[in-house]
Amino acid sequence: MVERQRQRGRQKSRQASILFVGLGKPPSLVEDIMSDCRRQWNREDELPVYLAGPITTGPNQRKTYGMFSSVEGAFESKTIDFDNYAVGRKGSRTPRSRSQERVLDTGDPTGKMPSEAREESLTNSPGERDDRRPGVEVIYSSGNESPNGKSERLLIKGGRVVNDDQSLYADVYIEDGLIKQVGENLIVPGGVTVIEANGRMVIPGGIDVNTCLMKPFLGTQPVDDFLQGTKAALAGGTTMIIDHVTPQPGDSLLEAFERWQEAADKKASCDYSLHVDIPEWNETVKDELELLVQEKGINSFQLYMAYKDLYQMTDSQLYEALSFLKKLGAVVLVHAENGDLIAQEQRKILGMGITGPEGHPLSRPEELEAEAVFRAITLGNRVNCPVYITKVMSKSAADTITQARRKGSVVFGEPITASLATDGSHYWSKNWAKAAAYVTSPPLSPDPTTPDHLNTLLSCGDLQVVGSAHCAYSISQKAIGKDDFTLIPEGTNGVEERMGFVWDKAVAMGKMDENQFVAVTSTNAAKIFNLYPRKGRIAVGSDADIVIWDPENIKTITSKLQQSASEYNIFEGLECRGGPVLVLSQGRVVYEEGKLQAQQGTGRFIPRKPFPDYAYQRIKFRNQVKGKQGVIRGMYDGPVYDVIPTPKYITPAPSAKTSPTSHQPPPIRNLHQSNFSLSGAQTDDNVPRRSGHRIVAPPGGRSNITSLG
Amino acid sequence: MAERRGNWDMAEDDLPVYLARPGTADQVPRQKYGGLFCNVEGAFESKTIDFDALSVGQRGSRTPRTAKRETGFDARNPAYDNKSCSGEKRGLDSPQLEIRASGGKEVLQNMRDVKSDRLLIKGGRIVNDDQSFHADIYMEDGLIKQIGDNLIVPGGVKTIEANGKMVIPGGIDIHTHFQMPYRGTTTVDDFAQGSKAALAGGTTMIVDHVIPEAGSSLMEAYDQWRQWADEKTCCDYSLHVDITHWNDSVKQEVDNLIKDKGVNSFQVYMAYKDYYQMSNSELYEVFTFLAERGGIAQVHAENGEIIAEEQARMLQMGITGPEGHVLSRPEELEAEAVFRAITIASQTNCPLYVTRVMSKSAADIISLARKKGNVVFGEPITASLGTDGTHYWSKNWAKAASFVTSPPLSPDPTTPDYLNTLLSSGDLSVTGSAHCTFSVAQKAIGKDDFTQIPEGVNGVEERMSLIWDKAVTTGKMDENMFVAVTSTNSAKILNLYPRKGRIAVGSDADLVIWDTDSIRTITAKTQQSAAEYNVFEGMELRGAPLVVICQGKIVLEDGNLHVTPGVGRFIPCSPFPDFAYKRVKARKQLAVLRAVPRGMYDGPVSEFSMSRGGTPSASARTSPTKQPVRNLHQSGFSLAGNPAPCGPPTPDDIPIRPAGRRIVVPPGGRSNITSLS
Repeated sequence: MVERQRQRGRQKSRQASILFVGLGKPPSLVEDIMSDCRRQWNREDELPVYLAGPITTGPNQRKTYGMFSSVEGAFESKTIDFDNYAVGRKGSRTPRSRSQERVLDTGDPTGKMPSEAREESLTNSPGERDDRRPGVEVIYSSGNESPNGKSERLLIKGGRVVNDDQSLYADVYIEDGLIKQVGENLIVPGGVTVIEANGRMVIPGGIDVNTCLMKPFLGTQPVDDFLQGTKAALAGGTTMIIDHVTPQPGDSLLEAFERWQEAADKKASCDYSLHVDIPEWNETVKDELELLVQEKGINSFQLYMAYKDLYQMTDSQLYEALSFLKKLGAVVLVHAENGDLIAQEQRKILGMGITGPEGHPLSRPEELEAEAVFRAITLGNRVNCPVYITKVMSKSAADTITQARRKGSVVFGEPITASLATDGSHYWSKNWAKAAAYVTSPPLSPDPTTPDHLNTLLSCGDLQVVGSAHCAYSISQKAIGKDDFTLIPEGTNGVEERMGFVWDKAVAMGKMDENQFVAVTSTNAAKIFNLYPRKGRIAVGSDADIVIWDPENIKTITSKLQQSASEYNIFEGLECRGGPVLVLSQGRVVYEEGKLQAQQGTGRFIPRKPFPDYAYQRIKFRNQVKGKQGVIRGMYDGPVYDVIPTPKYITPAPSAKTSPTSHQPPPIRNLHQSNFSLSGAQTDDNVPRRSGHRIVAPPGGRSNITSLG
Repeated sequence: MAERRGNWDMAEDDLPVYLARPGTADQVPRQKYGGLFCNVEGAFESKTIDFDALSVGQRGSRTPRTAKRETGFDARNPAYDNKSCSGEKRGLDSPQLEIRASGGKEVLQNMRDVKSDRLLIKGGRIVNDDQSFHADIYMEDGLIKQIGDNLIVPGGVKTIEANGKMVIPGGIDIHTHFQMPYRGTTTVDDFAQGSKAALAGGTTMIVDHVIPEAGSSLMEAYDQWRQWADEKTCCDYSLHVDITHWNDSVKQEVDNLIKDKGVNSFQVYMAYKDYYQMSNSELYEVFTFLAERGGIAQVHAENGEIIAEEQARMLQMGITGPEGHVLSRPEELEAEAVFRAITIASQTNCPLYVTRVMSKSAADIISLARKKGNVVFGEPITASLGTDGTHYWSKNWAKAASFVTSPPLSPDPTTPDYLNTLLSSGDLSVTGSAHCTFSVAQKAIGKDDFTQIPEGVNGVEERMSLIWDKAVTTGKMDENMFVAVTSTNSAKILNLYPRKGRIAVGSDADLVIWDTDSIRTITAKTQQSAAEYNVFEGMELRGAPLVVICQGKIVLEDGNLHVTPGVGRFIPCSPFPDFAYKRVKARKQLAVLRAVPRGMYDGPVSEFSMSRGGTPSASARTSPTKQPVRNLHQSGFSLAGNPAPCGPPTPDDIPIRPAGRRIVVPPGGRSNITSLS
């Protein structure tokens, strides 16, 4: 089926390319033409008749590919590329495996995968190979240019470009780390590196929205720092991470941010951005937040509902924080767990003598997560602020989000690799180190049907993005809590496995299609955090963070072959279908068939603007609608009970003394309604007035507006 | 039993045939009427010989005998503008009831003069929460002594001819605030006025809330309330105690109240920030404690922190009228708090009772939680079942203010219907009234600031009729469910069942003869309550009590109330009510947490500093396993499948070395239990 479609596409493109012959301009002019191409088109009449006809129809047909498909006017210049045409490269998409020197064979032994072994065996029988799905080949057109050359020009040929809205066959031309052209029959300068995708999926690089590569715990740092972590990310097809800046209470957010940025600039090998966690709420924090949003390019902040006496905020503080962050246009991430109850449960469970990692899930049952999610959403609704729930780990939390979305709340849910691929039964492992490796907060649910459920909700759009919450500690670090589970540093791995498991658990199971796969691994994240369409899409002008994805790739996860420096992999032994064959970051090939060529320090900080449309457009409209108005009434001038000035039993009254109407000019009395009488129709008159009940009647007598009739 | 059966056979044979037949035929089916509580054992034997009763043809003939009755309804109180009693219609309708004093000496109005008054209700249809059946009821000394047909009663009993009307257990209003102090004043309905209103509405028992001032003694407040109530109430009462703050002395007092004072339900507040509100940790502790002692945790569920923020915002926007009350307390906040309370209760395995369910979303959450198996009861109140929050926007300040209660009535007009449906389906369990009335002048304390308006609505008098009208006449609920939600379930939760909440032998003689057809219009003019406003003003309600019997005395008949302040007794409630605690107990046994038996971790431990940061660790230094006993049977565990001899026992406490992130290897070598493969 696919094969036939491709055939058809090929024929069409060949037709088109033939007809384009003779028209057009040198490729260098492509950029300049942009603006006046429309005028060019109108000059059609001057062209010879035999050329004019087909051209008009051609672009119109191709327009159906969508807004982002092509550089406007790119069609014109394509037909003159005689050279290109002559060597028969364009239009002939049949695999030419024999004529290539195969990079594949030099693959790094550590990255060897079962699929690779299979492919190698297949090369031995070339007769069969043509029928099979061919591998990706990289052809360096001139030997001079090294793959890590400065301004790299790359052409991905024959791939199926998969965005979140559609898939299409097109070539992608990349220059200077940006996607310059997308379409068929591209005109490219000489000396480009050509990557033959052979019909494989070409997807936007993944964006991992939740990593903690520098989160300190009791003075130790995770074993995966920005270098190690981003290497692992790239190996898994993730080309951008958003890391959490985690200042301690009392620290300056700004300084912490700068510390993180400095470390990341030095070490990160892919683009990154930063969330800033707010460990406490006070006035100085407010100033810093304003600075971070307006000058530092941060638009997302995390609040904690857990970690009592440390990061936890009360509901009032959360309300204030949400109100403030909403004004700044930031996305509020919430770590949703009820910290008060956790502290109680922890005490109880330690008291019972349970000190091992099983105490972790026992003291953090999923109800507490669901409760906090519910509360966070309620707060978000009240303030009319978008809320983003990090680490959705349990069914009930996910269901709570689902229901809130049904009711119209602006809320986003982020399951993580661990919650999508494994469950919490391992906390009861006899092997302490293994059990401890799973410790993260909220904990993995012991319910083994959880991953399936979360994958289903992810597929139907109730959960939007996938993070990894990658925060890898070594066993000896985890062992800090060997006698007390509350001291086990929290965090699991997952940045490398993220894309693979979403494919394996959702797409390969038939729950999700490839477009939704792109949406949840990359596009939605880019939209929520206002990186779109620079990231999260293959379109002209976007960053050249591209992954060529192989759905057939099968590998078994093991810590021996992983990039991460931790000894344990919580997915150990799981088989995972789907994986990247080739990863481009900033237009450079950084990963190819198991070979990682990441460069330390090449990652750039990507600043993000506030008020992302994806989250704030609805909020803005709701703001306009939701104005509240008081009822206009005549002033109440009936009797008023004389109260003791110092309240004893009372409802809360924060502003009793400064009531805005207390110093208003006296209202005009409505004499028409002054027929009030207190004791009118009472049959039972012996009751109400006891001594000590003083009724204060206004001096003017009993003329008030409150009729009792 | 076996012997008695023998007796029966003999007795029948001995009787003349024409008597034996009717006697036996009636007795056998009668046995199925009452179930466990139905009859005095052996009551059947004596009945068959009651020739008198037989001869007058009373048994078995349940056809109305309307003709020969003098009806007492002409003297009807105008308060009950009862439309069903137009003279000519009466013959066609089911007949009205009739009260006869058998010996002319006893005057009905002066029943208290008689020492033990004896009452017989004849020909009524007894409606309990499980079944309805026709039977007579004989009461003596305030207790139900016999139920059944052909009762043998001593002479001189007063007989009430119920003529097939419903006889139901008297209502129990599980939530009232009579005589509640508020800033130096009290609610206008004190215990006398309030309980009078209750009786007028068919409610024969009230459960009031004791609200101690924050910081003061629970016990003192309890004694104060007891004193007030003992002086004035006209019907039996019981008390909930509100826990307004939490510390060890309060804990002690709660313990005493449960053990010695007959209180088994305690209310905590999630709202009223800086006054009554409790933090989650406190709630957890209270619930844990109550679960141990067998108490019911009642909760006022609203998120007080967000309310405080919203109130400040509303006032800032210049909204000061009663509409600000509902705007600052949106129903989401109620739902959120209900959700949180259920979570905490489920963590502590404590039965939860949510007072005042006012909105759809809160009710939905309770109903969801019940589906998941949580032990939670929801109490909608008269106001939430009967009216909605649109009145907050009334132009008449006094009217709008009279609706102010917390949580507020939902502005969604479909709410009452919805709550009635959930009540009918059993998702909500009991109904209260939250009767807490303030005069207009008192409400006017908050005329410039809605946060100052005293909170409370009426409802104790209208409760039963309103539920009948909204749920039973609409076909949502049957009469048995009606009894359950107005009376029986409350009795079960308070552990008063079957003394209250059921018509059975041995139960208290709190009965109501219910007229299903009477229609009256609610108005503040004719109500018993002292408040000037009635939130149900103008509403037409079908169904009303015809006769109310409280403690075996007739207190309402012909629309006339005969109440005596001070006769109400305090009914002590014992802890661990089965209705709530049976499930809890079973779960407690089941939910024992166990640690995983593991060998000690003896691998490397990286160096760390406890100074700051990290996860909260309440007991880091005092971890209970600091000196664990080494289990030598499990020490054969080895690394990487190599069953090499385990090194010499490693020291229990591995020293932590100061150098930066150094790996500490135990002296015995690498014999740790953590295999890395």
